[in-house]
Amino acid sequence: MNSAPRPRSSSDPIAIFSLSELQEDSGACVLINDVQIAVFYLPKETPPLYALHNWDPLGKANVLYRGIVGDIDGELVVASPLYKQHYSLGTGRCLEDEATRVPTYEISLEGDSVIVTLNPRRHAA
Amino acid sequence: MTTKKIVVVGNGMVGHYYADKLATHPAQHDITVLGAEPRPAYDRVHLSEVFSGKSPEDLALTTREHYKEIGVKAHFGDAVARIDRDKKEVVTDLGRRFPYDKLVLATGSYPFVPPVPGSDLPGCLTYRTIDDLGEIRAHARKGKVGVVVGGGLLGLECANALKNLGLQTHVVEFAPGLMGVQLDDGGSTMLRAMIEELDVSVHTSKATQKIVPGKEHQLRMEFADGTSLETDLIVFSAGIRPNDQLAKQADLEVGERGGITIDYHCRTSDSDIFAIGECALFGGRIFGLVAPGYRMADAALSQLTDTPVSFQGADMSTKLKLLGIDVGSIGDSHGKALHKGQACASFLYSNDRERVYKKIVVSHDGKKLLGAVLVGDCSDYDTLLQFFLNDMDLPGNPESIILPADSGAEPLLSGMTLPMSATICSCLNVTKGAIVGAIEGGCCSVADVKSVTKASTGCGGCFALLKSTVDAELAARGVEINNHLCEHFAYSRQELFHLIKVGSLKSFVDILDKHGKGRGCEVCKPTVASILASLWNEYVLKKEHVSLQDTNDNFLANMQKDGTYSLVPRIPGGEITAEKLIVIGQVAKKYQLYTKITGGQRIDLFGARVNQLPDIWGELVAAGFETGHAYGKALRTVKSCVGNSWCRYGVQDSVSMAILIENRYKGIRSPHKLKSAVSGCTRECAEAQSKDFGVIATENGWNLYVCGNGGMKPRHADLFATDLDDETLIRYIDRFLMFYIRTADRLQRTSVWMNNLEGGLDYLREVVIEDTLGIAKELESQMALLLNTYQCEWKTTIEDPEKLKRFRQFVNSDKEDTNVVFVQERGQVRPAKETEREALLTLS
Ligand SMILES: Cc1cc2nc3c(=O)[nH]c(=O)nc-3n(C[C@H](O)[C@H](O)[C@H](O)COP(=O)(O)OP(=O)(O)OC[C@H]3O[C@@H](n4cnc5c(N)ncnc54)[C@H](O)[C@@H]3O)c2cc1C
Ligand code: HEM
Ligand code: SF4
Ligand code: SF4
Ligand code: FES
Repeated sequence: MNSAPRPRSSSDPIAIFSLSELQEDSGACVLINDVQIAVFYLPKETPPLYALHNWDPLGKANVLYRGIVGDIDGELVVASPLYKQHYSLGTGRCLEDEATRVPTYEISLEGDSVIVTLNPRRHAA
Repeated sequence: MTTKKIVVVGNGMVGHYYADKLATHPAQHDITVLGAEPRPAYDRVHLSEVFSGKSPEDLALTTREHYKEIGVKAHFGDAVARIDRDKKEVVTDLGRRFPYDKLVLATGSYPFVPPVPGSDLPGCLTYRTIDDLGEIRAHARKGKVGVVVGGGLLGLECANALKNLGLQTHVVEFAPGLMGVQLDDGGSTMLRAMIEELDVSVHTSKATQKIVPGKEHQLRMEFADGTSLETDLIVFSAGIRPNDQLAKQADLEVGERGGITIDYHCRTSDSDIFAIGECALFGGRIFGLVAPGYRMADAALSQLTDTPVSFQGADMSTKLKLLGIDVGSIGDSHGKALHKGQACASFLYSNDRERVYKKIVVSHDGKKLLGAVLVGDCSDYDTLLQFFLNDMDLPGNPESIILPADSGAEPLLSGMTLPMSATICSCLNVTKGAIVGAIEGGCCSVADVKSVTKASTGCGGCFALLKSTVDAELAARGVEINNHLCEHFAYSRQELFHLIKVGSLKSFVDILDKHGKGRGCEVCKPTVASILASLWNEYVLKKEHVSLQDTNDNFLANMQKDGTYSLVPRIPGGEITAEKLIVIGQVAKKYQLYTKITGGQRIDLFGARVNQLPDIWGELVAAGFETGHAYGKALRTVKSCVGNSWCRYGVQDSVSMAILIENRYKGIRSPHKLKSAVSGCTRECAEAQSKDFGVIATENGWNLYVCGNGGMKPRHADLFATDLDDETLIRYIDRFLMFYIRTADRLQRTSVWMNNLEGGLDYLREVVIEDTLGIAKELESQMALLLNTYQCEWKTTIEDPEKLKRFRQFVNSDKEDTNVVFVQERGQVRPAKETEREALLTLS
């Protein structure tokens, strides 16, 4: 079994914080009901914010937010800081391993506030 | 089939080649090797390098252990005294007997010492074995002047050695010219002029009549023309004679002037006895080079193992550097022989100002190359040799080959135009066909081909041709041989470095804008970050650089498998006070860090959570520690031994030098990590020869070694320069490092970098020591800039609250990562294993 902490249901599954807490073109981590979520801020992209589960399922550690972001064949990715597999920022799909996928979450910007929820993000098939 | 007993007499280069190949062949044989020298086979060809710093061990071709591993029985230091052909056994000096089914004589040759009265006086020496070197060195230490008798290839090489030993050197030659066998008169004259410019006195047409004790020096040579010369030692290098005594005693056929007669299969007149190498006579000739010896060994081997191949004689073309001068000779360099009954024609290019002499000898109709002489410039050697060996038709105007190339002229021969049968590597006898075969078998780089075919693992002279052949073949197969960094930059690291430098670009965004495409990735971002640091040395966590940093640089610590970090304070040279040791202990205790002494003489503290790093460093910096850059592609440590401050054997203060070096180069970002060490004497306790640059103390200063490494493929460093004073040592290291930083590929360590430099170590010396590229000043000032802009990254970081924000585990919470779980082992923490963790997590 994968020992990643599982999302638990909660009354208030949301985090709100100022955009100034984030650094351009890199990641940070937020905690919502004990779920670690890696948040990436890419000001030049649309949308500029992405949220993935922080657990690297291949490296088996909570580290994804510390990876380098970039693109592979046009797809926005974060490279795991441990063994450098690429995870799509949009879909959570691992580019090196079809079967592996990291959960993605809803994230949005309202004024100067970043809002992350525990709702899975919907993406085009 | 019963295993045959094979006895090999002589463990020189050829005897070893034979035994090693036979033992590793699938067919089983019972092999015994008997060597007269006290040590297993070594590389005689590179004997002189012992005078430029190599140790005898560096020359070893094998070891007793290796023979044991491959099942060869080997005995050294006991010569074979006779062969008993009736009993089929050999008897050694010590009376040991070894029966054989097949006997292989590989006894080589000995230096000829002319029977001049006095040539047995102390100080009269020869030059063939490692033991000879010891003798020469011992006599050289006591004297000032040295003479080499014999102006041939070996004689001149020996002259170089005497010069390296600091002797005033003379060459005495009986014939009117130097290297008479290989060179024509013109070439020989040019060579002489060049050698004399190096302060080696050349005396030709001198017949030594007797040697007597001297007045001012040990010995005095008296010549037939009434002149004389005083010297402290004389090395005879007047030709070699085959060691054929065993064969004579056993009544095998030998040549009139010596040499054991062999046939195409290297069989002597007794079909159970083979002779190979320099002791053998084939077609009335002795072959005094190692490659023909190997071909003989192959022929003899094939008699026992495969379909027999025959030995058909061998090409004696040679290319070498004598006293730093390029000399090459191919085929009939004198143009004396007739070609198909017709006299041949020759073309000559001689340039006194640039000291270049080239001559080619071609057939009457101008179609075939028969011979060539090159002095001062061997750049055409490979091309000419290919024309010669493959009997290829020359271009319409053959002289064009040796005329200085017009700019833009097409290279005459490349890997592509050669026939499949062409020999690319003559040392290892590798043809173009074999190289193409290796590529078809899946090799896709020069390095692959090298390891499969062994091409270019001998003298190395064929590397350029090998590379062009491999590149051309790969290109023909549509293999893209690009060294582009990644999909975002169509440049190599070196090219990108240049573009960034010339354009004075200071941020990734600008660089991507100007020279790249897309958004970058985890390959190009850290590469650019490293280039920017090497050029402008800005704080790596500066706003525009922070998102480029690789895993470890990103948090100025080394990420471990559970996402925690280890940190390594700098301990320059491995020297540390008790107070500082105590601080490390206290910090480790307070934050419950696992401590371990590293292989680099410092202390690694493990198990720090990202949010603890600033506090821990706050305490370390307050106690005077600096970051150790264990996280960066940068200088790691400079190990040292205690040196002459404490050690009974030390000759210099290695600790002070190590501290100086470590403090000088700390923080400099490079294409890969850099390691160094300083030893206080030749015992080398600091293991400096396994480092990217290593320093070993000598009586007179420091020896500098470069391009070694440990790791997956360990490599001994090469001796780069000797007896340097402190200032010169540092100057060379400055230039060496900066040249590496400028030109190496991404993640290419110094050893691989140097191997890929065309011209290798010699070229590196030319650039760093002789400044042939004229960039030394620039390299030094670039280094000065880096030294002036050094900062302890941790000190800068803890002083900037804005920067510290990044080290929070969560933007919105003070909790810690609950997935990090430690257990205790031997009184310290370590990450819990998967099973332990599950047990602990369910408990809680
Ligand atoms: C300084 C120097 C530079 C050279 N440079 C080059 C070069 O640049 N290129 C090149 O191609 N060649 C060069 N050569 C020549 C090359 O080294 C020889 O061609 C090669 O070593 C020949 O190998 P071998 O095995 O036939 O003989 P050797 O290497 O001489 O080995 C013969 C061995 O047999 C042993 N032996 C002899 N008699 C007995 C006995 N009765 N019982 C047991 N053992 C015995 C000897 O002690 C010796 O160890 C150079 C040689 C020297 C000395
Ligand atoms: C007369 C012989 C020798 C003396 C006096 C000697 C002395 C020393 C001393 C004093 C040190 C500690 C240096 C320091 O402060 O870091 C040391 C370390 C070392 N020596 Fe030697 N040594 C000798 C021979 C050798 C030999 C023959 C080898 C290897 C074959 C060797 C390998 C080493 C190594 C690897 C270290 C470093 C150990 C470490 O990293 O902890 N030494 N030696
Ligand atoms: S290298 Fe020499 S000086 Fe240094 S510890 Fe070893 S023996 Fe002593
Ligand atoms: S040798 Fe292997 S296990 Fe040991 S530190 Fe190096 S990479 Fe890790
Ligand atoms: S020719 Fe000497 S290594 Fe290839």
